[in-house]
Amino acid sequence: MAENPSHDHESDGSHLGAAVAPAANAWFVREVLPLEAVLRQYLQHNWRDHSDIEDLLQDVYVRVYEAARRQIPDMVKPFVFTTARNMLINRMRNHPVVPIEAVTDLDALSIAMDAPGPDRNTIAREELRRLQAAIDRLPPRCRDVVVMRRIEGLSRGEIAARMGITPDTVSAHLTDGICALSDMLYGEPAADPRRPA
Amino acid sequence: MSDLMFEPPVSARARQIKERAASWLEQRERDEWCERDQLALDAWLSESSAHTVAYLRLEATWGRAARLAVLRTPVPEAGDGAPRRKIRSLLTTFAAGLLIVAGAAIAGGLYLLRPVEKVYATALGGHQTVRLFDGSNIELNTETTLRAIVDARHRMVWLDRGEAFFQIAHDTKHPFIVIMGDRRVTVLGTKFLVRRDASHLEVAVMEGRVRFDPTDGGPSSESALLASGDTVVAPANAMLVSRKSSQELAEELGWRRGVLVFDSTTLAEVAIEFNRYNREQLVIAGPTAQRIKIDGTFRANDVAAFARVAQAVLGLHVENRGDQVVVSR
Repeated sequence: MAENPSHDHESDGSHLGAAVAPAANAWFVREVLPLEAVLRQYLQHNWRDHSDIEDLLQDVYVRVYEAARRQIPDMVKPFVFTTARNMLINRMRNHPVVPIEAVTDLDALSIAMDAPGPDRNTIAREELRRLQAAIDRLPPRCRDVVVMRRIEGLSRGEIAARMGITPDTVSAHLTDGICALSDMLYGEPAADPRRPA
Repeated sequence: MSDLMFEPPVSARARQIKERAASWLEQRERDEWCERDQLALDAWLSESSAHTVAYLRLEATWGRAARLAVLRTPVPEAGDGAPRRKIRSLLTTFAAGLLIVAGAAIAGGLYLLRPVEKVYATALGGHQTVRLFDGSNIELNTETTLRAIVDARHRMVWLDRGEAFFQIAHDTKHPFIVIMGDRRVTVLGTKFLVRRDASHLEVAVMEGRVRFDPTDGGPSSESALLASGDTVVAPANAMLVSRKSSQELAEELGWRRGVLVFDSTTLAEVAIEFNRYNREQLVIAGPTAQRIKIDGTFRANDVAAFARVAQAVLGLHVENRGDQVVVSR
């Protein structure tokens, strides 16, 4: 068996492959994702068609992430919101009718942008508490599957047998749960999770 | 899933990618996940940054959900639906406790990007054997928490607290690494014991050889190659290597049989040992009683048996006070 060093990325610590910069990944998770709720508000505030929000958010993330892979920005909030703002302006330009009232409001959230955030440990504790709350709010079957898989550590087959459903249904509940947990954790304002949307 | 109240407004493109990312995440935690699957995932991720950010976002939350398992008390095989309710009430009970681990858990951030990490934990008096993907076995003693990333490419274990006995399957291409705070043990295939508490760390080698050294950024200079019979005791900034007889090593492993073996052990140390396993705490009152030395073997969960011996054989006074058994001269 010949050695093949070019395929040896055993020690890189990340399973996202050698092509991906681990520093950008960590930075994105640690610094950018916690801004999602505010970023969503900003986008909703400045874009009429709310069914576009998910796509807009994704585009902001892609731009921010690709920039970070070249160089990690010093100031996270200003960078993220400036990116969002420029993207919205670009889109408005390409829009058949430019929604003027929205443009004037684009910088309204610069206040949120400058506000000091809670310190990292507070965020971490708060997020874990919210994660717990989020699991409790999943639809019952989905929640049971998530708890058994992620917390009890049962296999897909064991869960299927215990609940009398097929392994594919278990997987479907899990993927729903994975999406819903991230949406609740990042997508909702942290202050009061019960606040009506 | 339109019944979910928190469902954000949906736009098709992002939604599609999100669902695909969730599906990858779900699949990669299955037992049958293999190198070829990993290559397919790597390919999908490198196709576009949109794929990568969607995956990172879901993984960050999902990886964190595993932290909720840290405080899980292993539930005996029950067969019926009972454990589920137990787990849920445990979650609620430990909600406050979770906050404590959170700081350490998330301070890193990077750990979220590692391959699937499994968490194994035992409660007070617990004892659990875990068989890993690579055929290695780990036996967890009382109040032990460890995390493992063991798959086709990685063999890494973090001992966060407690004590564990490792029987490592031989694989020269993939060293097995056990990390305990700022020290680590690197092995190819062997049997060894690691114990970690707040102030000290002990590694005892039963078979084969292991390398013991600081992790990056840990205390420098000290590194040792340990052979069978070697024991290293390392408090915060020092290291002491000594050699133990096979008899002594066997005694150290008494807990694997559920027993504590004492050999010229002071009652003060006896109490510490018993108290690692039981809610009922043994208190030895007064320096004279604490210095008495005993030999013998006791069941780890039988404080009462020890108390009877203390009374009948050593002539000590024994008093039950709620959760405490107080032994005095």
